[in-house]
Parts: sequence; C-alpha cells; structure tokens
Amino acid sequence: MAPQVETSMIQLVEREAEKRELTGSEILLRSLIREKVEVIFGYPGGAVLPIYDHLYKGKIRHLLARHEQGAIHAADGYARATGKPGVVLATSGPGATNLVTGIATAMLDSVPLVCITGNVAQNLLGTDAFQEADITGITMPITKHNYLVRDVKELPSIVKEAFIIATTGRPGPVLIDIPKDVSNAKAVFSYPVELEIPGYKLPGKPDPAQLEKLYAAISEAKKPVILAGGGVVSSGAADELREFAEKSGIPVATTLMGLGGFSGNHPYWLGMPGMHGTYAANHALLECDLLIGIGVRFDDRVTMGRIDEFATRARIVHIDIDPAEIGKNVSTWTSIVGDVKTVLQAVNQNVLQSDSQAWFEKLQTWRKDHPLVYQDNSPYLKPQWVIEEIYRSTWGEAIISTDVGQHQMWVAQYYRFHHPRSLLTSGGLGTMGFGFPAAIGAKLGVPDRPVIAVTGDGGFQMTSQELALLTLENIPVKVAIINNRYLGMVRQWQEVFYEKRYCDVDLTGGPDFLKLSEAYGIRAWRAKTKEEASQAWKEAMEHPGPAVVDFWVDPEENVYPFVAPGSRLDEMVMGDE
Amino acid sequence: MRQILSVLVNNQPRVLARVASLIGQRNFNIESISVGETENPSFSRMVIVTRGDLPTITQVAKQLNKLIDVIQVEQLEKEQTVERELMLIKVEVPPDKRTEITGIIEPFRASIVDVSPQSLVVQVTGEPSKLEAMIELLRPYTILEVARTGITAVARGSVKKAAVL
Repeated sequence: MAPQVETSMIQLVEREAEKRELTGSEILLRSLIREKVEVIFGYPGGAVLPIYDHLYKGKIRHLLARHEQGAIHAADGYARATGKPGVVLATSGPGATNLVTGIATAMLDSVPLVCITGNVAQNLLGTDAFQEADITGITMPITKHNYLVRDVKELPSIVKEAFIIATTGRPGPVLIDIPKDVSNAKAVFSYPVELEIPGYKLPGKPDPAQLEKLYAAISEAKKPVILAGGGVVSSGAADELREFAEKSGIPVATTLMGLGGFSGNHPYWLGMPGMHGTYAANHALLECDLLIGIGVRFDDRVTMGRIDEFATRARIVHIDIDPAEIGKNVSTWTSIVGDVKTVLQAVNQNVLQSDSQAWFEKLQTWRKDHPLVYQDNSPYLKPQWVIEEIYRSTWGEAIISTDVGQHQMWVAQYYRFHHPRSLLTSGGLGTMGFGFPAAIGAKLGVPDRPVIAVTGDGGFQMTSQELALLTLENIPVKVAIINNRYLGMVRQWQEVFYEKRYCDVDLTGGPDFLKLSEAYGIRAWRAKTKEEASQAWKEAMEHPGPAVVDFWVDPEENVYPFVAPGSRLDEMVMGDE
Repeated sequence: MRQILSVLVNNQPRVLARVASLIGQRNFNIESISVGETENPSFSRMVIVTRGDLPTITQVAKQLNKLIDVIQVEQLEKEQTVERELMLIKVEVPPDKRTEITGIIEPFRASIVDVSPQSLVVQVTGEPSKLEAMIELLRPYTILEVARTGITAVARGSVKKAAVL
C-alpha cells in the first residue's frame, strides 16, 4: 500500500505545481513525463539551455552522447529494441543538422522517434542568426511530420500529437523545433487527454471480402510463399505470423527487416531473400504462384529492381499498414490495408491448410541442397565463423545491432534470430555508424538481454566516440569489430564490377582498436585465430562491463550468395561452393 | 496524361512547401499549383495539375494523403470539371493601335484593366488553351510581361463529389 500512497502524494504535489504558470521548458518536460519517457539521448547547446536547465532537476534520465548522430542512433536502438518511442534532444543549427542522418535512418525503417530541437528566438528566425538552421524545412521529406512551435500554449498538444503520430499507424520520426523564446515563455500547463488529428488517417479492421479473396487464393495455390518484413516486427505480430504459416502450411521468407519476426529455427523458414539471400528464398519468390507480402515494401534489394522478372507467375497479395505501399513497387492481385497484427488475427480465424505439399518438399530440398556456405580453409579467421561463434555464445537470445556492409549481411545470414526486436540494423537507408550507438540505446531499454554491436572497422569509426558513454554510464554493451582492414562491401563491388581497382577502401593503419578502447577505459581483446577468437569472446561476454573484441578476419572474404543489381533473383553467384 | 487533383489542406504555414516538396521528392511533375483559403478559414484548397498514368496519379494521391496537413485528395475528371485560369498580359501598344487590341480581345471576353500611354494590361480568364490562344494573337505586338495563376478547378454541379483517392 505504501508506494501507492507515496505516488498519489507526489501526484498531488505535481498537480499543485502545475497550477502556476510554467515555462515552455518545464511544460515540455512535464509533457514528456506524461508520455512515460524514461530516457532522453541528447547534446546541449545555446538554444536548448532553458530545457537543460529543467533537465538539471533530474526527473528524466538524460544521456550525454558525444555527437548528436550518436544520440539519435541510440534513441533509435532504444525504440527498435523496446517498441517504445525514442526521444532525442539537440540544439539549433549544427546540433539539429547532425540529427539528419539519424532521422532519415528512422524514417526508412519506420522507427518511432520524437526529435526535439531548439531554435533561435522567433525574432531572429530567418535572419541567418548564429546557429540557425531551418530544420523543419530540412527534415520535411525525412520525417513523418514536424512542427515549429510558435506559441508556448500550443506546446502540450504538439507534444501529444507528436507521440501519437510517431507511434501509431506506420511508425516514424517526428521533429519538434522549439525557438528559445518559446522555451522561456510562460503558460498554464494542461496536458490533453485525447486529441483529434483531422488529417491523420489510420486503417481500421480488414474487410471480410478481402479476407475471402485471400482464402480463395490460398485454396487455389499450389506454390504459395509468405514474404514477411519489418511490419511484422513493428506491429508485434510474430505469434500471429507463426500461427498463419502453420495453419496454412505456407513457408516464410523474411526480409532483412523481418528477421526475428519468424523464428530462424522454424522448419517453414526459408531464410532471407534478395541480393544476398538464400537459394531457397530467392527461387521460391521467382517460382511461387501465390506471394503473400506481409509488412514489406518490395524494396529493390529484394526484387533487384527487376519487377519484370519478379514473381511473374504469382498472384501477389500485399498486407501492409501503409496504403501508399500497395502498388508502389509491384502490382498486386489484391491487398489488405491494415495493422499486420490485426489483419493476421482476422485471417487466422478461418484460414485453411493450402494444398502445397509437393512445393513444400521441393523447398525443403532446396534448403538442404543449397545451404549458406563459406570456405573455412585459409589461415585467416573467417568472418562468418565469428558470427556463428557469437550465435553459439548466445543461442539467438541476444539483441544484435549492426552497421552496414559485409558484416551486416553475414549477421543476417549466420546469426539465427528467434525473436522479434533482436536485430537492429539500418535496412533502408544503410547508415554506417548506426550499429554501435543503437546497441547503447537497446541495452538501456532492455537491460536483461545481452546486447552485442557487430560492426565493421569502417562503420565503427563513424561513431566510436560513443565509447565514452559505455564507460561513464557503465553500460555493458559488447562490441564485436569484424575487422578486415577494408571497407569490405565497397571493396567486394570494386573486385567484382571494377576489376579489382581498389580505390580508397584500404583501412590499414587505422586506429589500434585496443588502444582506442583502453583510452576510454574499456577492456578490449584482439583475435586473429579461432582459438583466440573463442577465448576472447568468452572472456568479453563474461566480463561484467562493456567490452570490445577486435576480430581480424580474412580481408578479401566476399558475401555470397550475390545477385548483381539488375539481375534476376536466381542469377546467383553462390560463391565458394 | 494530364490529371487534376483537388487537395484540401490545413491552412497552416508551410503546407504548400510540404506538398511541393513531397511531389518533388517522389519524382512527380507539377504543371501548375494554385492555392487559396476555402469558405472555412481553417482550410485551404490546392489545385494541382500533374501528368502521369493512373498508377502514378494514385501513388501521388496516396503519398499526399500521408501528409498530416492533407485532409482530402480528390481526382477531378476532365469532363466533369470546371477549370479556369486567370492571366494578366502587358502589351506595348501605342495609343493609335488600342482599338485593334479591343477588337482582338473582345471574342475572348477579356478586358483591359490598366492603360498607360504606351501599354495596356489585358485580363483574360478561361481554360489554359484559351489563354495560349490569346498570347499568340497578341504576340505581333510586343508582349512585355505575362503572369498566370495556374488553373483552379471544381467538379461540376451534377457531380456530388469527385473521386476521393
């Protein structure tokens, strides 16, 4: 009983405090508390000084990143791992523009973020004032919506609206730009309970006629396949997807963003399709007669941009929350617009087993005959082996964040994800520097799961300054650097398409990552052989604090299978078979 | 194919920028765009003329619908739409040729809205083709300046509501 009494006392005191006029800064923070924000990632500066002055009073945890890009990727990692909105705070001008890459990253992967920036006072807006940037103009195409707050009285409803827009429908980043005079202006605080947003439309329940059409398609199909994407993860529909696949007997390919949305251990799982997809998944997409896309957007890394050759024999049924995705990249036979979880719940009520046993067996043969392979015969440590070792140490229970490039694809191929919200990766924008700070945010949001940043020696250097956060806040994130002394994916393309004219991809002589880690007070290991790698990784995982392991891997290892851009999905270079 | 979209939007700062930015970002073309407040000052109506086949125009409309400030997007069918554009055209005309001009513009139901010793401003309203014909007829005189509003349009009376996209 006691804690409840205490809470209500605090609430009483708070309510009393809110009867007086509050500044915009205080209104902002009280609004964030109302939205149950636990942690803000940010970086202070002139235009947000009034806001930081209220953060000083310590009601919300603030993590001081070392660069705004680190802050926003951390907020993004927090959001991806927890499903809750990430909140980032930056100052005007360069502070705001440093968020831009992170905002675009979140936009392309539909991650709920609320980004708060300060701006110069309104009397200076438009005068090229010191540290002024038109961040609402700049971020128009990369936010779901953005606001320039012109009156302190509007602030509570804008914050409320921002959280609604960021987290509902197809999630995405929302930016609130607050001029300094608005932060300082006073008003009586009243937080709206409910809010009508006239131009904001959310899809309702699926139409029974559409469900019937899907059932008919399933009953007529001989070669059905499900393509599941990030929408399954973000709508929390992993259980519903498993039920749908099992009831209908339809195998599942998961896109990069969909990994973990369907267990990698499930006998129905075909792997990831696309440029570096599995033989079974790619061939299934080409040969199927029914393709059920669930929470996917038929991105060019999946279709290879060859719509003319993509699933040409199939009826395509597209289930997605965003009506604009229907028909954007591929023509559909029918579509169901709605939240994937809601739709699948409705679908599962009456779905029947498909007549596709022969097809299923064919896929199993493909799976068996064409597994992912790599040659483990050079003196070098193989990056794929390192990923497998990380998998063995965690059995798919860890949250893995990645950067972008070869190591990202090896993680997607060789780490088996069993749970949603376990792979945090910049799938759409392909943002190097994302993985490590995202892991920091994820660990704060999900402290009871191991969080591992698998990164490259290139990407890690883009945001490695955030090592400071690990030490100072004692966040036990483990960093696995897949160090090939190259910008590996670019090198691979130069090898394949530019006759090995390696131009500006050599990273040898880059920093000694052990010394770099130690400079931040973080324990680090280096491994060049399997024995060293196993030992180092074991010690790093057992170490109670943050840890960095620098795996020196084969510098010229390539990612296979590989479908060249513009090729058909089955024109796969299988690699070292 | 030429398409006309009638877009009801919040009457807010920068809504025009949002709409124009989105159309550019998605690689669609704008032939013209006109904006004005509606009978309800909370809303403005934009009339956008663009080109594209049906899938393209549907995609434009869907993307516009994702903007929070867009309330409704309607596609106006050519046959069931009244479309008008206003043009002001300044022509160098010595006083002795003024009557000639009056003769030219009369069939267009255009009017002279400003007269100065060596020039006239002609105002003409109508469909874009009519405006272009007017320009051609005045070209033999020296055209000093042309300003056009871009078209605005509404569905004809018998049509209760245009196709909502």
